[in-house]
Amino acid sequence: MATLCQGLGVVIPLSSSNSSNFRLPSRRSISAWKDGIFVVRSDARVSQVLKTGGPNHELLIPNAVATKGGSSVASTSKPGHELLLFEALREGLEEEMERDPCVCVMGEDVGHYGGSYKVTKGLATKFGDLRVLDTPIAENSFTGMGIGAAMTGLRPVVEGMNMGFLLLAFNQISNNCGMLHYTSGGQFKIPIVIRGPGGVGRQLGAEHSQRLESYFQSIPGIQMVACSTPYNAKGLMKAAIRSENPVILFEHVLLYNLKERIPDEEYVLSLEEAEMVRPGEHVTILTYSRMRYHVMQAAKTLVNKGYDPEVIDIRSLKPFDLYTIGNSVKKTHRVLIVEECMRTGGIGASLTAAITENFHDYLDAPIVCLSSQDVPTPYAGTLEEWTVVQPAQIVTAVEQLCQ
Amino acid sequence: MALSRASHRGVGSALAKPFSAAFTLSRPISSDAPLTVETSVPFTAHNCEAPPRAVATSSSELLTFFRDMALMRRMEISADSLYKAKLIRGFCHLYDGQEAVAIGMEAGITKRDCIITAYRDHCTFLGRGGTLLEVFAELMGRREGCSRGKGGSMHFYKKESGFFGGHGIVGAQVPLGCGLAFAQKYSKDETVTFALYGDGAANQGQLFEALNIAALWDLPAILVCENNHYGMGTAEWRAAKSPAYYKRGDYVPGLKVDGMDVLAVKQACKFAKEHALKNGPLILEMDTYRYHGHSMSDPGSTYRTRDEISGVRQERDPIERVRKLLLSHDIASEKELKDIEKEVRKEVDEAIAKAKESPMPDASELFTNVYAKGYGTESFGADRKEVRVTLP
Repeated sequence: MATLCQGLGVVIPLSSSNSSNFRLPSRRSISAWKDGIFVVRSDARVSQVLKTGGPNHELLIPNAVATKGGSSVASTSKPGHELLLFEALREGLEEEMERDPCVCVMGEDVGHYGGSYKVTKGLATKFGDLRVLDTPIAENSFTGMGIGAAMTGLRPVVEGMNMGFLLLAFNQISNNCGMLHYTSGGQFKIPIVIRGPGGVGRQLGAEHSQRLESYFQSIPGIQMVACSTPYNAKGLMKAAIRSENPVILFEHVLLYNLKERIPDEEYVLSLEEAEMVRPGEHVTILTYSRMRYHVMQAAKTLVNKGYDPEVIDIRSLKPFDLYTIGNSVKKTHRVLIVEECMRTGGIGASLTAAITENFHDYLDAPIVCLSSQDVPTPYAGTLEEWTVVQPAQIVTAVEQLCQ
Repeated sequence: MALSRASHRGVGSALAKPFSAAFTLSRPISSDAPLTVETSVPFTAHNCEAPPRAVATSSSELLTFFRDMALMRRMEISADSLYKAKLIRGFCHLYDGQEAVAIGMEAGITKRDCIITAYRDHCTFLGRGGTLLEVFAELMGRREGCSRGKGGSMHFYKKESGFFGGHGIVGAQVPLGCGLAFAQKYSKDETVTFALYGDGAANQGQLFEALNIAALWDLPAILVCENNHYGMGTAEWRAAKSPAYYKRGDYVPGLKVDGMDVLAVKQACKFAKEHALKNGPLILEMDTYRYHGHSMSDPGSTYRTRDEISGVRQERDPIERVRKLLLSHDIASEKELKDIEKEVRKEVDEAIAKAKESPMPDASELFTNVYAKGYGTESFGADRKEVRVTLP
């Protein structure tokens, strides 16, 4: 599957690390072949030319992809191999470990046990105990150790068995990981990847259903990405490892068994790019991680009712890909954000603020943000269902927005 | 060339020289004249064999110790006046009294070994090869500071000489230090890491977590507790049930060292390096003392008596100890040592004057170094066209 890369314009006036001029990005048409189809990335002008990014774009399916279990790939006659999301993560990790001897993995039960979600299965036998390290249950210190190792040039991948446990390492992630490059005047780079599953699972209880992206998003100096399909999981894992900046890769407990066909050839995705899942005209729905599947399920219903939603998986949680998002807003003039974070201070809240600040003139209606309830996730199944956004709520919101 | 050290010459010119470089005295001395000096107190060991008390040194090394410690002392006292003149703001933690630890450690190791410490880092930075200008410019927030004015007193770093800072949060540097040791073991460097922390930080949980991992994985990490007996305003006996910090490693061997004796520190660090490369982590406890309060906002006298401070200053001051050694072994005369101190003072004053004139950072520096080289990474599709995504 070809990933089309383009020069991205980060349209945030207060963007860090570059001048605060608003500039159009450097346009770049990149052609890639896929089954003989010549696809060119379209320019900022919206036209019939298909927007790119997702694997199924050339087949604008009138019925959107339905369930969580399905992936976003349409055809089965493509070359490539099929695998589950955790295997895709493992493949990405393995390829990077082979490519660069400085890459090592540390976490609880990643070595001999193979990883609590099997992401690192088999890696310890292949690469040895010094590169796939089983740590004791000491998140604060092994995250700190990963950062210290990164300061000298190693590229550790630190796994939190559940993202929620990384709260214990918050000081290390915030002060040392995010800020050391700045406070040392650029002397030290921290090319670390911190990854782990988070999000609301199946009745895992409040402490194991946390969404840490909302807590980490303010830390300056880190990048955050969330994967949602095997294709982007592998690509983002590789990109995160190769990046010179600290990257936090958010996975989701319920998405590990998604199956998809991915290319045999090597590919790396851009960490700052959003993914166009389903182009449309009426409303822009921004989502990430597991909510993507709830949105696609709702989209199926919406299409049947005559709406044409444009679904974008934002993938990059920090910084936001305001270029893709902005183009979409300029086209549809209505925005719905569907996220799993809490209402207060979540990714959706920041995204709402960013879009309002930058694209206020293009909005025909106020931005609607559907988030989880501001409660600890309860154990009971029915209650847990009501905590997160369900497809029916998405459909209702779109209908109200499009009146 | 062995020349008599006993002869006494007249006044000579002591030239101002860069920090810790060789200096000339009126009387030519043999720089190779070796000496053996006994440490003031024997080492106390826990789970290991203590190194011998007799330390091999040389006259030139002792003179270097004297000069370097005098430089550090003068630098800290000048920082005190600069702070009171409001040229240095925020937090300023001074190291005077503890110079022997920084100097002795440098004497026992190489620049390829790593040192990481907490916020009381001005002198350690200097010991690792930093210049006075970098120190004062950083303290005053100027562009020429070691961290370009963006770090401040608590964030001095020098990557080329293996100085990893400079950390504000108590105890957080110890896991970082074990990570450095891990990287050294991973790259098979045959070097070690000294992770310094204070007696206050010794009660942090992450320290024991890191120590456990270091011992498990056999990392060449040496944890050095600079025990100045006060964690800000709390005396060690009020904060720690067991103030024998060198024993706290339990299965990890420990050594208690007189931190005011530069030769003892040097011996201990050499011993620790050899030990760590063979047997894994080690804890060193440096029994030292700080004359100033915890920081500039702490007078330092509400929780201890002035008598105590002056008592330590009279009996255990590290510079005085080296001065007595130099005089008793006839390596230098009183006058020469005074000249060195004057020279050092002049050097510090010049550096301060230069730092005062250096400019503040540019406004654009606010946004630099947040991320390394802009953003992201090269990305490419399965058709193998490597394309770098550029963001403006």
